[in-house]
Amino acid sequence: MKKQRTNVIVRLYHQLGSPPSFYRISGYFLKWLLLIAIILTGIGLYDGLVLAPADYQQGDSFRIIYIHVPMAWMSMFVYAIMGIAALIAIIWRMKVAEAVLIASAPIGAWFTLITLVTGSLWGKPMWGTWWEWDARMTSELILLFLYIGVMATYTAFNDDSRKAARMAALIAVVGLVNLPIIHFSVKWWSSIHQGTTVSIMGESRITWEMLRPLLTMAVATKFYYGYSMLKRARTYLLETEQQKRWVHDIVEEKKS
Amino acid sequence: MNEFLNMGGYAFYVWSSVGLFFITMLVDFISLRVKDKTVKRNIKSFIRRKNNR
Repeated sequence: MKKQRTNVIVRLYHQLGSPPSFYRISGYFLKWLLLIAIILTGIGLYDGLVLAPADYQQGDSFRIIYIHVPMAWMSMFVYAIMGIAALIAIIWRMKVAEAVLIASAPIGAWFTLITLVTGSLWGKPMWGTWWEWDARMTSELILLFLYIGVMATYTAFNDDSRKAARMAALIAVVGLVNLPIIHFSVKWWSSIHQGTTVSIMGESRITWEMLRPLLTMAVATKFYYGYSMLKRARTYLLETEQQKRWVHDIVEEKKS
Repeated sequence: MNEFLNMGGYAFYVWSSVGLFFITMLVDFISLRVKDKTVKRNIKSFIRRKNNR
């Protein structure tokens, strides 16, 4: 029994490592990822903007939390996935990892940009300033530059996609050091930004009515990331393997 | 309804945030589909050129 079980995992690993299998398997999930993302976003925002009670200090302005915080979590979550993919791409030279790395950068950059702008839109009414060169904000801005750096590096070496992906992977791996800096910035430096409200371990300092939409949005945006990243990774594999037979079979086939 | 849209006086800040979120996700969605179509079209013409040779 045990032997069979490992075989399944090993087989799955090899399948996901091969571009044609990855393309085929990810194809089953795309539609569902997008559908669940849209439904959960609808539920989460209705819950957060309509049902959740106003904050006793911040009034209705606190509702920006339902965009800002899930986006901030995602900006780091996507970077972590991108960093792991980059490590795999460097160590094992796995093509699918390169695809995941390059496909994560655009959506990660969008999430980071929304985090920064909504943070600004929240900071203005609450702190009286759009921007402060504060540790939390500066490190999040650096995260945006890292995403842009990964994309720019890949584009710069467009004559050789394998080499381009490895160069981009190097930037992504080096940038991993920024993740703990962002997370602990509100602890390490005195910051205008508030500390942690929601924590996985320990008590969250927020009522359930306010927390529920936040978690819903956190899940919804993960599903959208899944869609966006897999779809771009598929396109990436088609483009970089366009000499190969399996790509021709897929493109020639009318359905797609 | 009006009260909901007014967001306790923070309408501009709250609705800009929500609007930005939707616009950005839409831009991402459209751009990845356009890219996919372009790549598939290029590969098709690449195959055609190869077959004609």
